Amino acid sequence: MTLLQLENVHAAYDESQVLSGVSLEIAKGELVTLLGRNGAGKTTTLRTIMGLLPPRSGRISFNGQAINGLAPNRIAKLGVGYVPEERGIFPSLTVSENLMFPSWGRGETGWSLERIFHFFPRLHERASHKGSQLSGGEQQMLAIARILRAKMDLLLLDEPTEGLAPLLVETIGTILKEIKGSGLTVLLVEQNTRFACQIAERHNILYGGKIVHTCSNDEFMRDTEIQHKYLGV
Amino acid sequence: MEPVFLFSQFFNGLVLGCIYVLLSLGLTVVFGTLGVVNFAHGALYMLGAYAAYTVATHLHLNFLACLILCPVIVAGIGMVLEKCLISKLYKLPHYYNLLLTFGIMFIIQDAIKIIFGPEGEPFNIPDLLQGAVNLGFMYYPKYRLFILVVTALLSGGLWLFIEKTRLGAIIRAGTDNAEMADALGTNISWTFTLIFGLGAGLSGLAGVLAAPIQNVQPAMGMDILVQTFVVVIIGGMGSIGGSILAGLVIGQILTFSIVFWPPGSTTLIYAFMALVLVTRPRGFFGRVSFFE
Repeated sequence: MTLLQLENVHAAYDESQVLSGVSLEIAKGELVTLLGRNGAGKTTTLRTIMGLLPPRSGRISFNGQAINGLAPNRIAKLGVGYVPEERGIFPSLTVSENLMFPSWGRGETGWSLERIFHFFPRLHERASHKGSQLSGGEQQMLAIARILRAKMDLLLLDEPTEGLAPLLVETIGTILKEIKGSGLTVLLVEQNTRFACQIAERHNILYGGKIVHTCSNDEFMRDTEIQHKYLGV
Repeated sequence: MEPVFLFSQFFNGLVLGCIYVLLSLGLTVVFGTLGVVNFAHGALYMLGAYAAYTVATHLHLNFLACLILCPVIVAGIGMVLEKCLISKLYKLPHYYNLLLTFGIMFIIQDAIKIIFGPEGEPFNIPDLLQGAVNLGFMYYPKYRLFILVVTALLSGGLWLFIEKTRLGAIIRAGTDNAEMADALGTNISWTFTLIFGLGAGLSGLAGVLAAPIQNVQPAMGMDILVQTFVVVIIGGMGSIGGSILAGLVIGQILTFSIVFWPPGSTTLIYAFMALVLVTRPRGFFGRVSFFE
Protein backbone atom coordinates (compact mmCIF):
# COMPACT_ATOMS: atom_id res chain seq x y z
CA MET A 1 0.00 0.00 0.00
CA THR A 2 1.37 3.39 -0.98
CA LEU A 3 2.11 5.67 1.95
CA LEU A 4 3.74 8.60 0.20
CA GLN A 5 3.45 9.62 -3.41
CA LEU A 6 5.03 12.54 -5.25
CA GLU A 7 3.78 13.29 -8.77
CA ASN A 8 5.73 15.67 -10.97
CA VAL A 9 6.68 17.97 -8.08
CA HIS A 10 8.40 21.24 -8.93
CA ALA A 11 9.98 23.44 -6.27
CA ALA A 12 12.28 26.43 -6.23
CA TYR A 13 14.05 28.82 -3.91
CA ASP A 14 13.32 32.33 -5.17
CA GLU A 15 14.41 32.16 -8.81
CA SER A 16 16.49 29.01 -8.82
CA GLN A 17 14.63 25.88 -9.77
CA VAL A 18 15.73 22.95 -7.62
CA LEU A 19 13.13 20.25 -8.24
CA SER A 20 11.91 19.93 -11.79
CA GLY A 21 9.37 17.16 -11.75
CA VAL A 22 10.11 14.68 -8.98
CA SER A 23 7.94 11.57 -8.99
CA LEU A 24 8.36 9.03 -6.26
CA GLU A 25 6.38 6.36 -4.46
CA ILE A 26 6.97 4.73 -1.11
CA ALA A 27 5.02 1.79 0.27
CA LYS A 28 4.14 1.38 3.93
CA GLY A 29 6.93 -0.18 5.94
CA GLU A 30 9.67 0.39 3.38
CA LEU A 31 13.10 1.84 4.05
CA VAL A 32 14.12 3.59 0.84
CA THR A 33 16.79 6.11 0.03
CA LEU A 34 17.15 9.21 -2.00
CA LEU A 35 20.66 9.24 -3.42
CA GLY A 36 22.38 11.87 -5.49
CA ARG A 37 25.28 14.22 -5.71
CA ASN A 38 25.56 17.47 -3.82
CA GLY A 39 22.99 19.93 -5.05
CA ALA A 40 20.86 17.28 -6.73
CA GLY A 41 17.88 18.39 -4.64
CA LYS A 42 17.75 15.68 -1.95
CA THR A 43 17.28 17.97 1.03
CA THR A 44 14.89 20.13 -0.98
CA THR A 45 12.76 17.06 -1.70
CA LEU A 46 12.45 16.33 2.04
CA ARG A 47 11.70 19.97 2.84
CA THR A 48 9.05 20.04 0.13
CA ILE A 49 7.35 16.91 1.46
CA MET A 50 7.40 18.42 4.96
CA GLY A 51 5.77 21.63 3.70
CA LEU A 52 8.73 23.81 4.66
CA LEU A 53 9.10 24.69 0.99
CA PRO A 54 5.68 24.67 -0.69
CA PRO A 55 5.85 23.09 -4.15
CA ARG A 56 5.28 25.31 -7.19
CA SER A 57 3.36 22.56 -8.90
CA GLY A 58 2.72 18.84 -8.74
CA ARG A 59 0.98 16.70 -6.17
CA ILE A 60 2.13 15.16 -2.93
CA SER A 61 -0.14 12.71 -1.19
CA PHE A 62 0.28 10.99 2.12
CA ASN A 63 -1.97 8.09 3.12
CA GLY A 64 -4.09 8.99 0.08
CA GLN A 65 -4.58 12.60 1.17
CA ALA A 66 -3.13 15.55 -0.74
CA ILE A 67 -0.70 17.41 1.54
CA ASN A 68 0.92 19.91 -0.82
CA GLY A 69 0.24 23.44 0.37
CA LEU A 70 -0.46 22.43 3.99
CA ALA A 71 1.52 24.07 6.80
CA PRO A 72 4.37 21.95 8.23
CA ASN A 73 2.58 21.54 11.56
CA ARG A 74 -0.50 20.12 9.78
CA ILE A 75 1.66 17.67 7.85
CA ALA A 76 3.42 16.66 11.07
CA LYS A 77 0.06 16.04 12.75
CA LEU A 78 -0.85 13.69 9.90
CA GLY A 79 2.18 11.59 10.83
CA VAL A 80 5.22 12.83 8.92
CA GLY A 81 8.36 13.16 11.06
CA TYR A 82 11.38 15.13 9.93
CA VAL A 83 15.00 14.93 11.05
CA PRO A 84 17.03 17.56 9.19
CA GLU A 85 20.72 17.29 8.43
CA GLU A 86 21.58 19.63 11.29
CA ARG A 87 19.25 17.51 13.51
CA GLY A 88 17.00 20.35 14.67
CA ILE A 89 17.49 19.77 18.39
CA PHE A 90 16.28 22.69 20.49
CA PRO A 91 19.44 23.82 22.31
CA SER A 92 17.68 25.54 25.22
CA LEU A 93 15.36 22.60 25.92
CA THR A 94 16.44 19.60 27.96
CA VAL A 95 16.53 16.14 26.42
CA SER A 96 13.22 15.31 28.16
CA GLU A 97 11.61 18.52 26.92
CA ASN A 98 12.85 17.86 23.41
CA LEU A 99 11.17 14.44 23.64
CA MET A 100 7.79 15.70 24.82
CA PHE A 101 7.69 18.30 22.09
CA PRO A 102 6.21 16.50 19.09
CA SER A 103 3.85 14.26 21.03
CA TRP A 104 2.13 17.40 22.18
CA GLY A 105 1.47 18.43 18.61
CA ARG A 106 0.33 15.01 17.49
CA GLY A 107 -2.00 14.41 20.37
CA GLU A 108 -1.06 10.75 20.69
CA THR A 109 2.12 9.14 21.83
CA GLY A 110 4.20 6.43 20.25
CA TRP A 111 7.02 4.94 22.21
CA SER A 112 6.89 5.48 25.96
CA LEU A 113 9.74 7.35 27.61
CA GLU A 114 10.82 4.11 29.30
CA ARG A 115 11.06 2.34 25.96
CA ILE A 116 13.00 5.24 24.44
CA PHE A 117 15.42 5.41 27.34
CA HIS A 118 15.84 1.63 27.28
CA PHE A 119 16.59 1.80 23.56
CA PHE A 120 18.84 4.86 23.85
CA PRO A 121 20.55 4.50 27.25
CA ARG A 122 22.80 7.44 26.40
CA LEU A 123 19.76 9.72 26.28
CA HIS A 124 18.60 8.41 29.64
CA GLU A 125 21.91 9.44 31.22
CA ARG A 126 21.58 12.90 29.72
CA ALA A 127 17.83 13.38 30.24
CA SER A 128 18.19 16.62 32.16
CA HIS A 129 20.95 18.09 29.97
CA LYS A 130 20.18 20.90 27.58
CA GLY A 131 20.19 20.16 23.87
CA SER A 132 23.18 22.44 23.44
CA GLN A 133 25.30 20.14 25.63
CA LEU A 134 24.87 17.03 23.48
CA SER A 135 27.43 15.56 21.10
CA GLY A 136 26.62 15.11 17.43
CA GLY A 137 25.79 11.42 17.89
CA GLU A 138 23.57 12.12 20.90
CA GLN A 139 21.77 14.82 18.97
CA GLN A 140 21.11 12.39 16.13
CA MET A 141 19.71 9.78 18.54
CA LEU A 142 17.54 12.40 20.20
CA ALA A 143 16.23 13.64 16.85
CA ILE A 144 15.22 10.09 15.90
CA ALA A 145 13.85 9.33 19.37
CA ARG A 146 11.70 12.46 19.17
CA ILE A 147 9.99 11.09 16.08
CA LEU A 148 9.46 7.66 17.71
CA ARG A 149 7.91 9.30 20.74
CA ALA A 150 5.36 11.00 18.51
CA LYS A 151 4.14 7.87 16.72
CA MET A 152 4.80 9.12 13.23
CA ASP A 153 4.10 6.91 10.19
CA LEU A 154 6.87 8.26 8.00
CA LEU A 155 10.35 9.42 8.91
CA LEU A 156 12.18 11.81 6.61
CA LEU A 157 15.81 11.41 7.60
CA ASP A 158 18.47 13.69 6.14
CA GLU A 159 22.07 12.41 6.27
CA PRO A 160 22.01 10.83 9.72
CA THR A 161 25.61 9.62 9.49
CA GLU A 162 27.11 12.95 8.50
CA GLY A 163 30.01 13.88 10.76
CA LEU A 164 29.68 10.80 12.97
CA ALA A 165 32.50 8.43 13.93
CA PRO A 166 32.38 4.95 12.26
CA LEU A 167 31.24 3.26 15.46
CA LEU A 168 28.33 5.67 15.80
CA VAL A 169 27.42 5.20 12.14
CA GLU A 170 27.06 1.50 12.90
CA THR A 171 24.87 2.27 15.91
CA ILE A 172 22.61 4.50 13.82
CA GLY A 173 22.35 1.68 11.27
CA THR A 174 21.25 -0.77 13.97
CA ILE A 175 18.75 1.72 15.29
CA LEU A 176 17.27 2.26 11.83
CA LYS A 177 16.85 -1.48 11.24
CA GLU A 178 15.08 -1.82 14.58
CA ILE A 179 12.85 1.11 13.79
CA LYS A 180 11.96 -0.36 10.45
CA GLY A 181 11.06 -3.59 12.22
CA SER A 182 8.60 -1.67 14.36
CA GLY A 183 6.65 -0.61 11.27
CA LEU A 184 7.89 2.91 10.62
CA THR A 185 8.44 3.86 6.99
CA VAL A 186 11.71 5.68 6.32
CA LEU A 187 12.83 7.93 3.49
CA LEU A 188 16.57 8.31 3.91
CA VAL A 189 18.80 10.86 2.24
CA GLU A 190 22.38 9.67 2.32
CA GLN A 191 25.75 10.60 0.83
CA ASN A 192 27.35 7.56 2.37
CA THR A 193 26.39 5.00 -0.31
CA ARG A 194 27.95 2.10 1.56
CA PHE A 195 25.85 2.83 4.62
CA ALA A 196 22.75 3.24 2.46
CA CYS A 197 23.31 -0.17 0.83
CA GLN A 198 23.57 -1.88 4.22
CA ILE A 199 20.12 -0.88 5.39
CA ALA A 200 17.88 0.16 2.49
CA GLU A 201 15.67 -2.05 0.34
CA ARG A 202 15.30 0.32 -2.53
CA HIS A 203 17.07 3.37 -3.89
CA ASN A 204 15.83 6.41 -5.78
CA ILE A 205 18.45 8.35 -7.65
CA LEU A 206 17.98 12.06 -7.94
CA TYR A 207 19.80 13.87 -10.71
CA GLY A 208 19.19 17.39 -11.96
CA GLY A 209 16.03 17.79 -9.92
CA LYS A 210 14.40 14.58 -11.14
CA ILE A 211 14.29 10.94 -10.12
CA VAL A 212 16.25 9.31 -12.95
CA HIS A 213 16.42 5.77 -11.64
CA THR A 214 14.79 3.60 -9.05
CA CYS A 215 15.87 0.06 -8.23
CA SER A 216 16.16 -2.55 -5.52
CA ASN A 217 19.25 -2.68 -3.36
CA ASP A 218 20.54 -5.82 -5.11
CA GLU A 219 20.23 -4.26 -8.55
CA PHE A 220 21.89 -1.11 -7.35
CA MET A 221 24.85 -2.99 -5.86
CA ARG A 222 25.42 -4.86 -9.16
CA ASP A 223 24.99 -1.83 -11.38
CA THR A 224 28.28 0.00 -10.96
CA GLU A 225 27.59 2.00 -14.11
CA ILE A 226 24.62 3.75 -12.47
CA GLN A 227 26.64 4.36 -9.34
CA HIS A 228 29.37 5.93 -11.41
CA LYS A 229 27.18 7.94 -13.74
CA TYR A 230 24.88 9.59 -11.20
CA LEU A 231 26.75 9.43 -7.94
CA GLY A 232 30.37 9.58 -9.03
CA VAL A 233 31.18 6.53 -6.88
CA MET B 1 24.52 63.58 52.61
CA GLU B 2 22.41 61.52 54.95
CA PRO B 3 22.19 57.74 54.53
CA VAL B 4 18.38 57.85 54.67
CA PHE B 5 18.35 60.14 51.67
CA LEU B 6 20.65 57.79 49.75
CA PHE B 7 18.48 54.82 50.71
CA SER B 8 15.33 56.51 49.52
CA GLN B 9 17.06 57.41 46.25
CA PHE B 10 18.17 53.80 45.93
CA PHE B 11 14.54 52.71 46.35
CA ASN B 12 13.41 55.32 43.83
CA GLY B 13 15.97 53.87 41.43
CA LEU B 14 14.58 50.39 42.06
CA VAL B 15 11.02 51.55 41.34
CA LEU B 16 12.06 53.28 38.13
CA GLY B 17 14.06 50.16 37.29
CA CYS B 18 10.93 48.04 37.83
CA ILE B 19 9.05 49.97 35.15
CA TYR B 20 12.00 49.43 32.79
CA VAL B 21 12.09 45.74 33.69
CA LEU B 22 8.40 45.24 32.91
CA LEU B 23 8.72 47.15 29.64
CA SER B 24 11.92 45.50 28.49
CA LEU B 25 10.74 41.96 29.38
CA GLY B 26 8.00 42.18 26.78
CA LEU B 27 10.29 43.80 24.22
CA THR B 28 13.03 41.24 24.70
CA VAL B 29 10.76 38.17 24.63
CA VAL B 30 9.14 39.40 21.42
CA PHE B 31 12.51 40.12 19.85
CA GLY B 32 14.04 36.82 20.97
CA THR B 33 11.19 34.74 19.60
CA LEU B 34 9.68 36.64 16.69
CA GLY B 35 12.81 38.52 15.68
CA VAL B 36 10.74 41.70 15.59
CA VAL B 37 11.99 44.90 17.18
CA ASN B 38 8.73 46.46 18.24
CA PHE B 39 8.89 50.26 18.17
CA ALA B 40 5.18 50.36 19.04
CA HIS B 41 5.98 48.84 22.44
CA GLY B 42 6.00 52.25 24.12
CA ALA B 43 2.63 53.06 22.56
CA LEU B 44 1.23 49.88 24.13
CA TYR B 45 2.58 51.04 27.49
CA MET B 46 0.80 54.35 26.98
CA LEU B 47 -2.38 52.47 26.03
CA GLY B 48 -2.11 50.58 29.33
CA ALA B 49 -2.01 53.88 31.24
CA TYR B 50 -4.95 55.31 29.28
CA ALA B 51 -6.89 52.09 29.72
CA ALA B 52 -6.34 52.40 33.48
CA TYR B 53 -7.49 56.02 33.37
CA THR B 54 -10.64 55.07 31.44
CA VAL B 55 -11.49 52.08 33.61
CA ALA B 56 -10.92 54.02 36.84
CA THR B 57 -12.47 57.38 35.90
CA HIS B 58 -15.29 56.46 33.54
CA LEU B 59 -16.19 52.95 34.65
CA HIS B 60 -15.48 53.74 38.33
CA LEU B 61 -13.73 50.44 38.94
CA ASN B 62 -11.01 50.13 41.57
CA PHE B 63 -7.27 49.89 40.95
CA LEU B 64 -7.16 46.11 41.31
CA ALA B 65 -9.65 45.85 38.47
CA CYS B 66 -7.39 48.13 36.40
CA LEU B 67 -4.39 45.92 37.15
CA ILE B 68 -6.17 42.82 35.89
CA LEU B 69 -8.38 44.23 33.14
CA CYS B 70 -6.05 46.69 31.39
CA PRO B 71 -3.13 44.33 30.63
CA VAL B 72 -5.68 41.88 29.19
CA ILE B 73 -7.13 44.64 26.97
CA VAL B 74 -3.66 45.68 25.76
CA ALA B 75 -2.68 42.03 25.24
CA GLY B 76 -5.81 41.60 23.12
CA ILE B 77 -4.93 44.67 21.04
CA GLY B 78 -1.41 43.27 20.67
CA MET B 79 -2.71 39.90 19.45
CA VAL B 80 -4.93 41.57 16.85
CA LEU B 81 -1.95 43.68 15.71
CA GLU B 82 0.22 40.57 15.41
CA LYS B 83 -2.36 38.59 13.45
CA CYS B 84 -3.20 41.44 11.06
CA LEU B 85 0.12 43.26 10.61
CA ILE B 86 3.19 42.09 12.54
CA SER B 87 2.92 38.50 11.23
CA LYS B 88 3.51 39.80 7.70
CA LEU B 89 6.98 40.94 8.75
CA TYR B 90 8.51 37.53 9.43
CA LYS B 91 9.46 36.94 5.82
CA LEU B 92 10.36 40.54 4.95
CA PRO B 93 13.65 42.48 5.29
CA HIS B 94 14.26 44.28 8.58
CA TYR B 95 13.50 47.83 7.44
CA TYR B 96 9.85 46.84 6.96
CA ASN B 97 9.90 46.02 10.67
CA LEU B 98 11.08 49.53 11.47
CA LEU B 99 8.57 51.23 9.17
CA LEU B 100 5.57 49.20 10.27
CA THR B 101 6.07 49.31 14.03
CA PHE B 102 7.01 53.00 13.93
CA GLY B 103 3.86 53.65 11.93
CA ILE B 104 1.73 51.72 14.41
CA MET B 105 3.23 53.76 17.22
CA PHE B 106 2.26 57.06 15.57
CA ILE B 107 -1.23 55.84 14.74
CA ILE B 108 -1.88 54.76 18.33
CA GLN B 109 -0.39 57.96 19.72
CA ASP B 110 -2.45 60.23 17.46
CA ALA B 111 -5.61 58.21 18.02
CA ILE B 112 -5.17 58.80 21.76
CA LYS B 113 -4.60 62.52 21.15
CA ILE B 114 -7.83 62.70 19.13
CA ILE B 115 -9.86 60.85 21.76
CA PHE B 116 -8.40 62.23 25.00
CA GLY B 117 -6.67 65.44 23.88
CA PRO B 118 -2.94 66.16 23.92
CA GLU B 119 -2.54 67.51 27.46
CA GLY B 120 -2.75 64.38 29.55
CA GLU B 121 -5.01 63.10 32.31
CA PRO B 122 -4.68 63.06 36.08
CA PHE B 123 -4.42 59.70 37.78
CA ASN B 124 -4.27 59.44 41.55
CA ILE B 125 -2.63 56.84 43.68
CA PRO B 126 -5.40 54.46 44.80
CA ASP B 127 -6.65 55.15 48.34
CA LEU B 128 -5.58 51.80 49.70
CA LEU B 129 -1.98 52.40 48.65
CA GLN B 130 -1.64 56.00 49.76
CA GLY B 131 0.66 56.98 52.56
CA ALA B 132 4.01 55.61 53.63
CA VAL B 133 5.33 52.48 55.30
CA ASN B 134 7.86 52.49 58.12
CA LEU B 135 10.74 50.29 56.97
CA GLY B 136 12.56 50.74 60.29
CA PHE B 137 15.29 52.96 58.93
CA MET B 138 13.06 55.18 56.81
CA TYR B 139 9.53 55.87 55.61
CA TYR B 140 8.79 54.95 52.05
CA PRO B 141 5.62 55.49 49.93
CA LYS B 142 3.34 52.46 49.98
CA TYR B 143 2.56 52.65 46.31
CA ARG B 144 6.20 52.53 45.28
CA LEU B 145 6.78 49.47 47.45
CA PHE B 146 3.74 47.94 45.79
CA ILE B 147 5.41 48.38 42.37
CA LEU B 148 8.52 46.61 43.68
CA VAL B 149 6.49 43.65 44.96
CA VAL B 150 4.37 43.32 41.80
CA THR B 151 7.45 43.43 39.57
CA ALA B 152 9.30 40.86 41.66
CA LEU B 153 6.31 38.50 41.60
CA LEU B 154 5.76 39.00 37.90
CA SER B 155 9.40 38.49 36.93
CA GLY B 156 9.54 35.31 38.99
CA GLY B 157 6.25 34.13 37.53
CA LEU B 158 7.39 34.80 33.99
CA TRP B 159 10.62 32.91 34.58
CA LEU B 160 8.71 29.92 36.01
CA PHE B 161 6.26 30.06 33.11
CA ILE B 162 8.98 30.04 30.45
CA GLU B 163 11.35 27.58 32.14
CA LYS B 164 8.95 25.14 33.77
CA THR B 165 5.72 24.88 31.80
CA ARG B 166 4.87 23.12 28.61
CA LEU B 167 3.82 26.32 26.86
CA GLY B 168 7.06 27.89 28.07
CA ALA B 169 9.02 25.04 26.49
CA ILE B 170 7.18 25.68 23.23
CA ILE B 171 8.07 29.36 23.44
CA ARG B 172 11.73 28.46 23.99
CA ALA B 173 11.60 25.99 21.13
CA GLY B 174 10.08 28.68 18.91
CA THR B 175 12.95 30.98 19.88
CA ASP B 176 15.56 28.30 19.19
CA ASN B 177 14.23 27.10 15.87
CA ALA B 178 10.75 28.12 14.79
CA GLU B 179 10.87 26.09 11.58
CA MET B 180 11.66 22.88 13.44
CA ALA B 181 8.92 23.54 16.01
CA ASP B 182 6.52 23.90 13.09
CA ALA B 183 7.79 20.68 11.48
CA LEU B 184 7.16 18.84 14.76
CA GLY B 185 3.49 19.75 14.81
CA THR B 186 3.33 23.04 16.71
CA ASN B 187 1.10 25.70 15.26
CA ILE B 188 3.85 28.26 15.44
CA SER B 189 1.81 31.16 14.09
CA TRP B 190 -0.55 30.97 17.07
CA THR B 191 2.41 30.62 19.42
CA PHE B 192 3.82 33.83 17.95
CA THR B 193 0.48 35.62 18.36
CA LEU B 194 0.39 34.52 21.98
CA ILE B 195 3.94 35.71 22.61
CA PHE B 196 3.25 39.10 21.08
CA GLY B 197 0.12 39.33 23.22
CA LEU B 198 2.18 38.45 26.30
CA GLY B 199 4.71 41.19 25.48
CA ALA B 200 1.92 43.71 24.88
CA GLY B 201 0.21 42.70 28.14
CA LEU B 202 3.41 43.22 30.14
CA SER B 203 3.83 46.61 28.51
CA GLY B 204 0.22 47.49 29.34
CA LEU B 205 0.76 46.42 32.94
CA ALA B 206 3.81 48.68 33.17
CA GLY B 207 1.60 51.49 31.90
CA VAL B 208 -1.04 50.84 34.59
CA LEU B 209 1.59 50.76 37.34
CA ALA B 210 3.30 53.90 36.06
CA ALA B 211 0.05 55.86 35.68
CA PRO B 212 -0.14 57.11 39.30
CA ILE B 213 3.52 58.18 39.45
CA GLN B 214 4.04 59.57 35.95
CA ASN B 215 1.87 61.80 33.82
CA VAL B 216 -0.70 59.94 31.75
CA GLN B 217 -0.09 61.67 28.44
CA PRO B 218 0.17 60.65 24.79
CA ALA B 219 3.96 60.98 24.49
CA MET B 220 4.76 58.93 27.64
CA GLY B 221 5.46 55.80 25.61
CA MET B 222 7.71 57.57 23.15
CA ASP B 223 9.76 59.07 25.99
CA ILE B 224 10.39 55.79 27.75
CA LEU B 225 10.88 53.66 24.62
CA VAL B 226 14.45 54.76 23.91
CA GLN B 227 15.55 54.02 27.48
CA THR B 228 13.83 50.65 27.29
CA PHE B 229 15.86 49.83 24.19
CA VAL B 230 18.98 50.73 26.11
CA VAL B 231 17.92 48.25 28.81
CA VAL B 232 17.24 45.47 26.29
CA ILE B 233 20.56 46.02 24.52
CA ILE B 234 22.57 46.11 27.74
CA GLY B 235 20.78 43.06 29.13
CA GLY B 236 21.29 41.10 25.91
CA MET B 237 18.61 40.94 23.21
CA GLY B 238 16.20 38.11 24.01
CA SER B 239 17.40 37.48 27.58
CA ILE B 240 14.89 37.65 30.44
CA GLY B 241 17.49 37.67 33.21
CA GLY B 242 19.47 40.28 31.31
CA SER B 243 16.47 42.57 31.06
CA ILE B 244 15.80 42.33 34.79
CA LEU B 245 19.38 43.10 35.76
CA ALA B 246 19.85 45.84 33.16
CA GLY B 247 16.51 47.47 34.00
CA LEU B 248 17.48 47.75 37.67
CA VAL B 249 20.97 49.02 36.83
CA ILE B 250 19.63 51.68 34.45
CA GLY B 251 17.06 52.73 37.07
CA GLN B 252 19.91 53.32 39.54
CA ILE B 253 22.13 55.16 37.05
CA LEU B 254 19.29 57.49 36.07
CA THR B 255 18.20 58.19 39.64
CA PHE B 256 21.66 58.80 41.08
CA SER B 257 22.84 60.86 38.13
CA ILE B 258 19.86 63.15 38.73
CA VAL B 259 20.92 63.47 42.37
CA PHE B 260 24.66 63.96 41.91
CA TRP B 261 25.10 65.32 38.43
CA PRO B 262 21.83 66.49 36.84
CA PRO B 263 23.34 67.65 33.52
CA GLY B 264 24.63 64.13 32.90
CA SER B 265 21.35 62.39 33.66
CA THR B 266 20.25 62.24 30.02
CA THR B 267 23.55 61.03 28.61
CA LEU B 268 25.03 58.78 31.30
CA ILE B 269 22.93 55.72 30.42
CA TYR B 270 24.06 55.96 26.80
CA ALA B 271 27.66 56.22 27.89
CA PHE B 272 27.09 53.11 30.00
CA MET B 273 25.52 51.34 27.02
CA ALA B 274 28.53 52.25 24.88
CA LEU B 275 30.85 50.88 27.53
CA VAL B 276 28.92 47.60 27.72
CA LEU B 277 28.81 47.27 23.94
CA VAL B 278 32.54 47.84 23.59
CA THR B 279 33.48 45.33 26.28
CA ARG B 280 30.68 42.81 25.75
CA PRO B 281 28.74 43.32 22.49
CA ARG B 282 26.11 40.68 23.31
CA GLY B 283 25.12 42.46 26.54
CA PHE B 284 24.95 40.88 30.01
CA PHE B 285 23.28 37.56 29.17
CA GLY B 286 22.75 37.79 25.41
CA ARG B 287 23.52 34.92 23.11
CA VAL B 288 26.79 34.83 21.29
CA SER B 289 25.00 34.61 17.96
CA PHE B 290 23.85 38.20 18.27
CA PHE B 291 26.55 40.68 17.28
CA GLU B 292 29.56 38.55 18.23
